[in-house]
Amino acid sequence: MNSWANIKAIVKRELGGYFTSPIAYIFLVIFLLLTGFFTFTVGSFFERGEASLVSFFTWHPWLYLFLVPAVGMRLWSEERRLGTIELLLTMPVTTWEAIVGKFLASWLFLAIALALTFPVVVTVNWLGSPDNGVIFAGYLGSLFLAGSYLAVSCMTSAMTRNQVISFIVSVLICLFLILAGYEPVTGLLSRVASPRVVEVIAAFSVMTHFEGFQRGVLDTRDVVFFASAIGFALFATGVIIRNHRAG
Amino acid sequence: MIKVENLVKAFGPKLAVNDVSFTVERGEVLGFLGPNGAGKSTTMRMITGFIPPTSGRITVGGHDIVEDPLPAKRLFGYLPENAPGYADMTVHGFLNFAAELRGLQGSARKQAISRVVELCFLENVLYQTIDTLSKGYKHRTCLAQSLVHDPDFLIMDEPTDGLDPNQKHEVRNLLKHMGEKKAIIFSTHILEEVEAACTRVIIIDRGRIVANGTPQELKARSPEGRLEDVFRAITLPDTVKH
Ligand SMILES: Nc1ncnc2c1ncn2[C@@H]1O[C@H](COP(=O)(O)OP(=O)(O)OP(=O)(O)O)[C@@H](O)[C@H]1O
Ligand SMILES: [Mg+2]
Repeated sequence: MNSWANIKAIVKRELGGYFTSPIAYIFLVIFLLLTGFFTFTVGSFFERGEASLVSFFTWHPWLYLFLVPAVGMRLWSEERRLGTIELLLTMPVTTWEAIVGKFLASWLFLAIALALTFPVVVTVNWLGSPDNGVIFAGYLGSLFLAGSYLAVSCMTSAMTRNQVISFIVSVLICLFLILAGYEPVTGLLSRVASPRVVEVIAAFSVMTHFEGFQRGVLDTRDVVFFASAIGFALFATGVIIRNHRAG
Repeated sequence: MIKVENLVKAFGPKLAVNDVSFTVERGEVLGFLGPNGAGKSTTMRMITGFIPPTSGRITVGGHDIVEDPLPAKRLFGYLPENAPGYADMTVHGFLNFAAELRGLQGSARKQAISRVVELCFLENVLYQTIDTLSKGYKHRTCLAQSLVHDPDFLIMDEPTDGLDPNQKHEVRNLLKHMGEKKAIIFSTHILEEVEAACTRVIIIDRGRIVANGTPQELKARSPEGRLEDVFRAITLPDTVKH
């Protein structure tokens, strides 16, 4: 009812904020250039000689590592810096409505960026006959991946009024979320720890859970992982804001 | 009615607000005076539910601001200290956002916005972004935001800060006029303002209420009948000791 109207108003304001500044367009261009570069050059899309987007999705965890915190870093730190947080949270709006509204707006923005990569789908369909179900799953996973990084950035941006600090802390946490399940690292770990321990650590990694999506496997456990990562980080955001207000 | 009972706020070992109690009824304009760091803004932040009190109770129109914040928040308009605003939004966009969160829709929203635009003299800057506004206009924009839903209660932290003499005059008249129907709490460092607009004055010093009465009553405490003398007599010794 009322909650939804509030969330909608906040989403609209935040999204408007992205598109009235040139930053959004710069971001979109950089995002598209980088996805193109990684897919076609580093990922050797053509040399693979297969009709799939493996070389496209593989790079997403790394690409998002910097791009998503760049989108999320201002969410709460800017409110704190400008003092508008005092306005927003004394309106008839609950803290969670504000948190969800801001999160959804940025996630929507990232979804738009992701949607603009459609030419690779067109290309691969034109060159061969890929399994579009797998591609769809890849996009879904990528969206979840971006969402979980974004929720982390949301949390770090609530910690400080300084966007740069918010960005750096967020990159570090996301880096951990990658490395915990990144093969070279798990390889190293398994030399010193038992396989069981390595497995537990890797279970916290976005890599482990993004993997399935890339292969076109929609596993509820992976969905639950991303959903709970987002839920947890947003919950933590609420706790941080509450503590900040209590002084 | 805004009712504040035994309000305390501690920041670490420091008591920013120490056992403050008062009520403001409709038809009253309460002026909040006190030296820098006295606890005026902290008190207002607690009344508006931005920060939780360490102890004590606040009700706005009968709703407890901690237990039942949303109904309480619907009843007041708030102008925070330094009049914050979203830098990248236009004045119109900002007011529209505020009105939307206040639940105003369609033509009611349009009317509400044009009413406050007129009230706060914002026609000329309506489509300018907030970060390009002069201090006074920024202040008026935030003031307009607090009035957009024509609330029963107004809480304003230094509403005339940064305004030119004409605008100060306008805002005082506005407060006085609105105070006939609403309950208003505002803080200020300008003593003439208190005499011009308030029906009652509270002087707060180092977190405690040190005087509470009508401007006339307080003035009568000084031989020359000047509020400034009273203010200094009550608060100066403490500030010097600091
Ligand atoms: N978040 C906080 N953490 C620690 N101390 C705080 C915090 N907010 C306010 N204080 C302290 O509480 C005291 C009261 O501050 P407050 O802002 O309420 O004063 P004020 O009466 O509004 O002063 P001014 O006239 O300068 O606006 C000050 O000593 C201030 O340093
Ligand atoms: Mg103050």
